[in-house]
Amino acid sequence: MDTLVLQVLNSLFYASILFQIACGLTLIYGVMRIVNLAHGNLYALGAYVSGWVLGLLATPGTQPRMWFFVLLLAGAVAAAAAGAILEPTLLRPLYKRAEEYQLLITFGLLLILEDLMHMVWGPHPLTSSALPDLLGSSTILGATYPNYNILVIAIGFVAALGVWAFVYRTKFGVILRATSQNMRMAAALGVNVKRVYVQAFTLGCFLAGLGGAIIMPISGAVLGMGIEALILAFVVVVIGGLGSLEGALVGAIIVGFVRTLGIMYFAEIELAVLYLIATIVLLVRPAGLFGRA
Amino acid sequence: MRQKVLTYAAPIAVALAAVPFVLPPYQTILLSYGLIMAIAALGFNLLLGYTGLLSFGHSAYFGVGAYAAAFLVKYAGITSIEAFLLGGLIASALVSAIFGFICVRHTRIFFSILALALSQVLWSLALKLFWVTGGTDGLRVPTPTLLGGLVQTTGDKLVFLSRTYYYLVLVVFGISVAVMWLIVHSPFGKALQAIRDNETRAEFVGVEVRKYRWIAFLVSGVFTGLAGTLWVPLNGLTTPDVLYWPFSGEIVFLTVLGGFRTFSGPIVGAVAFNYLKSYAVGLTVYWQFLLGVVLVVLVLALPSGIVGTLSQLRGRLARSAWHEPA
Amino acid sequence: MNLLETRQLKKYFGDTHAVDGVDFSVRQGEVLALIGANGAGKTTLVNVISGLLRPDGGTIRFQAVDVTHQSIHDRIKAGIARSFQLVNLFDQLTCLDNVALTVFAREGKTQRLMTLAERDRPVLDEALELLRQFGLEPKARMTAAGLAQGERKLLDVAVAYALRPRLLFLDEPTSGVSTREKAPIMDIITSIVRSGKVTAVIIEHDMDVVFTYSDRIVVMHEGKILADGTPEEIRRNEQVTTTLLGTSAPR
Repeated sequence: MDTLVLQVLNSLFYASILFQIACGLTLIYGVMRIVNLAHGNLYALGAYVSGWVLGLLATPGTQPRMWFFVLLLAGAVAAAAAGAILEPTLLRPLYKRAEEYQLLITFGLLLILEDLMHMVWGPHPLTSSALPDLLGSSTILGATYPNYNILVIAIGFVAALGVWAFVYRTKFGVILRATSQNMRMAAALGVNVKRVYVQAFTLGCFLAGLGGAIIMPISGAVLGMGIEALILAFVVVVIGGLGSLEGALVGAIIVGFVRTLGIMYFAEIELAVLYLIATIVLLVRPAGLFGRA
Repeated sequence: MRQKVLTYAAPIAVALAAVPFVLPPYQTILLSYGLIMAIAALGFNLLLGYTGLLSFGHSAYFGVGAYAAAFLVKYAGITSIEAFLLGGLIASALVSAIFGFICVRHTRIFFSILALALSQVLWSLALKLFWVTGGTDGLRVPTPTLLGGLVQTTGDKLVFLSRTYYYLVLVVFGISVAVMWLIVHSPFGKALQAIRDNETRAEFVGVEVRKYRWIAFLVSGVFTGLAGTLWVPLNGLTTPDVLYWPFSGEIVFLTVLGGFRTFSGPIVGAVAFNYLKSYAVGLTVYWQFLLGVVLVVLVLALPSGIVGTLSQLRGRLARSAWHEPA
Repeated sequence: MNLLETRQLKKYFGDTHAVDGVDFSVRQGEVLALIGANGAGKTTLVNVISGLLRPDGGTIRFQAVDVTHQSIHDRIKAGIARSFQLVNLFDQLTCLDNVALTVFAREGKTQRLMTLAERDRPVLDEALELLRQFGLEPKARMTAAGLAQGERKLLDVAVAYALRPRLLFLDEPTSGVSTREKAPIMDIITSIVRSGKVTAVIIEHDMDVVFTYSDRIVVMHEGKILADGTPEEIRRNEQVTTTLLGTSAPR
């Protein structure tokens, strides 16, 4: 029983992080029809910046305090800021060009960001593993589980709710959806498309950065984490449907559970199984579970 | 056209044949790497430039070619290069036939992502099934024999790689260029270009679009696989890195660097990228950063690549000379 | 004899009944005009018959064979070809290659990977001859993207005609060209079609064009066939004139 509870919680934990990455990826695609290959690097940036900020405070002898958790947000803010700079400078000139070029420039960005993080923070992982211990752990249905991980699950849940409310319940959300459905029409109706694009991109990057920031105390900020995360996020959006927020949520939960099962029962082919699931979904439902073709 | 081929190809062939006598061994080996990547890029560009499909998963076929040779060494004790090439061709044909069958059901970004996802199945298997594939350590491939031992391949490895193996690479490269040139100028090649330009109309003149895309995918994968097979004895080792998706990104990069709208673009791009990368790697540990900047500048400023830009320049010069008053 | 017959053919887009139970037939050897206001269902009808869209009901018989569920490819093999209202060409190929590709495809030669396309004299000669008939020979080596609108419309028809079809659908072959250019284009097209003994269905808006060049006229209105007859009969049909004038001309 308690192992089952643990597995479920672990799955939700993965799903929370994956959702935050995939949600940004799918939002950006949904609005501007760009697949950002550097999206995983913004997730890594979130992890590095929050790890760095916390590292500055962690002088020998100081104990981590509760308010340090707030500093994790620094990673999300940094990723959002990076997004706000990158969209107008690098992506905007390419909207009218062929898809190949859009993919390629984000690939170039991936190479640049990957090494920038290496340059600034060096080859060694950053982490602040003492932080989660502050929160202690709880016993749920007989299983002991760290409270920090529960917090991560909760943040994922709040992020999903927040994005949903934002997109479906605010005026900005209406504009966003209108732009995503018909950019020309929206522009003709007086929507400032440039501003919508930069806002959507920034929001997407914020979510990725948040995911990176909150996983950092557990798995650290490591080189290559962005490239690895992107591929998993791809699996999520392919299953859920590129451009669909509901799809990102369901996809993240599916991938979260399959990963947990995989680690237990078929560790060697866990990734292969995930990619195969994504492939089968694309074959059966080309637009993904929630996508519109 | 025949004349054009002779005026361009003949001098280049002579120059390439003379390389081992002119350049030091290290440079010759470096050029071998470039020519091998050119074969991969030629295959890749049959899809991108001629069929209009951007694969972000061509590392798969390169890797299959490389691992096919490595498996022959490890599990059959075979070290003949002819067997490597045959095994690489068969293995990459099989894998690209299956992957292609799945991928060509989609176009545009979905095709790219599907190709990428499938390639990562192989990557994760190569990484995780370490008792078969050697995991991150990869598999070693020794100096191969040539023509069943008729050609001396023992002795100094550097001499072998910079002489005998260079010529082998050059011959395979020459054949690959000729075959690909024929394919893109064949009625089949025209049909691919028609699909690229206008899928619906191609269907309505009787071209079975999906089938032709699949055949193009198969040919493309086999060329890239062949490159992987040739690469592995030169490198001496294959690791899952050649299956990882950033390597697919490199193949896209070098093709666009040369210019994917021309036949020779990928060849020029592959050789140029190879020099650029080895120079960047020698210069700084942050070579990825350097390559990233080159790529961004390329996309923003020179989208038609080296060959495309050169021919535009030549066109402009010719026009301005034409318009000059006598 | 009817070359093509549809029975109760239907195509719905949500609540819109674009083609709503149409019995449409084309006789061997005629040049038929399909007219009607915008949104009458003409192009949808052609899209369903040519295989671009799947019907929601009804049957299509071509040369007495049921082709309702055949692939586009099989319909082309059977002899149905079409051009497009918005020009649909291979823009980066030359005019010659646009037509030659069709000939290669028709002859099953596009499956050849190891022969040079430009060495195939019979195919190239046929393609050049077609370009000559359509008055496009001087532009043979130009890319399709570089042509003027009128030339593009002609090339679009030439590409379809190169299939040597039994039945050729021409979807507004003169749309987007100036009034002055219409007659020369229609002269070229109809003379080629008639001398080649190809049965043709022309979708057209311009009434002058329709009455001048067709043997028979079918009028569509809101997904149904409103009238069917010779140009004389259609001209005298009051229902047609009121409907067409009422929906397409300013009052």
